[in-house]
Amino acid sequence: MTTSPGSTTPGSTPTGTTPSKAAAAIDRARAEGRTALIGYLPAGFPDVQTTIDAGIAMARNGVDLIEIGIPYSDPVMDGRVIQDATVEALNNGFTVPRIFDVVEGITRETDAAVLVMTYWNPVMRMGVREFAGKLAAAGGAGLITPDLIPDEASEWLAVSDEFGLDRVFLVAPSTSPERMEKTVRASRGFVYAVSVMGVTGARTSVGAAARAVVDAAHAAGAERACVGLGVSTAEQVAEIAAYADGVIVGTALVAALRDGGVPAVAALTKELSTGTGKSPS
Amino acid sequence: MTDTHSGTDKQAGHDADSSPADAFLNPEETLRHAPGPYFGAYGGRWMPESLIAALDELQDTFDKAKADPDFTAQVADLNRNYAGRPSLLTEAKRFAEHAGGARIFLKREDLNHTGSHKINNVLGQALLAKRMGKTRVIAETGAGQHGVASATAAALLGLDCVVYMGAEDCRRQALNVARMQLLGAEVVPVTNGSQTLKDAINDALRDWVANVGTTHYLLGTAAGAHPFPAMVRYFHEVIGEETREQILEQTGRLPDAVVACVGGGSNAIGIFHGFLDDRSVQLYGFEAGGDGVESGRHAATITLGRPGVLHGARSYLMQDEDGQTLESHSISAGLDYPGVGPEHAHLSDIGRAHYEPITDAEAMEAFRLLSQTEGIIPAIETAHALAGAMKVGQRLTADLAPGEVPSDRIIVVSLSGRGDKDVATAAEYFDLLPDDSAEQEIAQEGEQL
Repeated sequence: MTTSPGSTTPGSTPTGTTPSKAAAAIDRARAEGRTALIGYLPAGFPDVQTTIDAGIAMARNGVDLIEIGIPYSDPVMDGRVIQDATVEALNNGFTVPRIFDVVEGITRETDAAVLVMTYWNPVMRMGVREFAGKLAAAGGAGLITPDLIPDEASEWLAVSDEFGLDRVFLVAPSTSPERMEKTVRASRGFVYAVSVMGVTGARTSVGAAARAVVDAAHAAGAERACVGLGVSTAEQVAEIAAYADGVIVGTALVAALRDGGVPAVAALTKELSTGTGKSPS
Repeated sequence: MTDTHSGTDKQAGHDADSSPADAFLNPEETLRHAPGPYFGAYGGRWMPESLIAALDELQDTFDKAKADPDFTAQVADLNRNYAGRPSLLTEAKRFAEHAGGARIFLKREDLNHTGSHKINNVLGQALLAKRMGKTRVIAETGAGQHGVASATAAALLGLDCVVYMGAEDCRRQALNVARMQLLGAEVVPVTNGSQTLKDAINDALRDWVANVGTTHYLLGTAAGAHPFPAMVRYFHEVIGEETREQILEQTGRLPDAVVACVGGGSNAIGIFHGFLDDRSVQLYGFEAGGDGVESGRHAATITLGRPGVLHGARSYLMQDEDGQTLESHSISAGLDYPGVGPEHAHLSDIGRAHYEPITDAEAMEAFRLLSQTEGIIPAIETAHALAGAMKVGQRLTADLAPGEVPSDRIIVVSLSGRGDKDVATAAEYFDLLPDDSAEQEIAQEGEQL
């Protein structure tokens, strides 16, 4: 393996491949004077068609990027709402290869960049190269990997280069300056700034730590840093829009889908998107 | 952590399907004190970035502590004057008749304070927690052995303690829950996922992410992200060191085989470590075969699993074709885990140690035999090692050279824990309980798992 985390710069594209879809989506929002809005839903909750419909609804109501999670048996970074949704998806028969149907179903109908959020074992089980090939063929932008750090990612770094896929690693309030630099270098598309030390789930406030993480990521050379974990309201989106390149909303959208179906997802997305303007309207 | 490791590069060649390659084993190369993060293709840190700083801090603290005579003296003092080490090495002469007549020696970890080997690790890690200035420890537990040991160490050293335990296990092991509470710990029933040990670990990890500034995760086995596998082994190496000295003293030679049960594999790696470089000594790990490996209801991770990542380490793993973790099954809650420590995965691949499944029925027969031939009631986990010792003894004595007698063969068994905690399960298994007794009710609820 010759690729190291230092072989590419953030937002750059490997020779001969398509440009970063995630970066392009964030840049489009930026050109419109907005921070990018990123919406998360787990695949197969409650079924695959609903995930596709909800993804399309998000895209048509103000989301720039869509993050689709693969339901996994041991989601250590997720709080109760997402855990319950993914357990239901698995109980309803979701299987990993169907993730590509979801990605294709959404990308066929919208311009949103679609990333897959996945714990690493399902990718490893299918084979990193096979997974990446299928994701690229389905029109996916890349992967967000909550339990894969660049130190363990040599195979994924090479394969994502080969297929021109984005690789979004996480950085946290606990991330050291050395690791920040290493992780920013290894990422493509954007870096995912974890706002608080904790798991996914709505919180009444997104701490000051989020801004410090984003500032550190920018200082380490990240062109795009997006904040996730705990964001659930337009007010929080507006607060984060002041300093971050994108805002990620997960649990609140999952709860909306659970309680009110696709129309509720559409309505919440529209509401959240009012917070994305750099100067609050 | 280095950039130049081989963690993912090697995986293609180390599928469960490919045969163990004894040729990889270089007799000149020491296998002792493997520092991690990698054990061949296994180990590493497959963990959220949020926890990497805590793992780095732990590694740094552990490295410094190992080199600090004050720390090693503190550990030695607690081992001797609190845990009761060194534990005895007892020859089991009547039990030996059921092992082909080979001589059987039991390394008596059951005699340690709290009744198992677990105390070795919790004392060491609790001391490290203090050195890091942490005021709170969290732990996972299956049957409650590690939870009780953690609560014990926390009480001794003045640390807050929260133990995560599957809701079903809490109900089944109500007395162990009370024991932890008596020791001052809080027990949190885990209702997520399959509500078993692996889900208790998931919840402990979620707690750790949120409270990492004040909290040390006192992981109970030689698995998880680096430095846990190497660190937990370090605190259990005392088992193997003592055993080697004791067997030489009692028999004047090294044993032919050392056997232990393997769930995550902490007692096994502790006793194996003393003999890793004695290539004449065969090492056997016995996994939980549950209802039989052909039934699908088992916890024989190395025997039937495939490499994957769970709870921070790459190792053998019971998983389906989608990479979802499978539920394990065993009559022994302590072995009921779908993963295994990465060093065992490596020792298996290079052929230095051999891993085989033992069914519930075989384990319970050995449980009965040891109780009735030696007056020692073993933990059901340990009974898997005893059943394995019977098989190994029969094999070793089947091909004796002319002039040799069965008692020329020597086997050491890691008697990792005592069976007091398992009396209800065993009484139900052997149908010793009156139909209307409270114990019968508890045991039946356990059976419904």
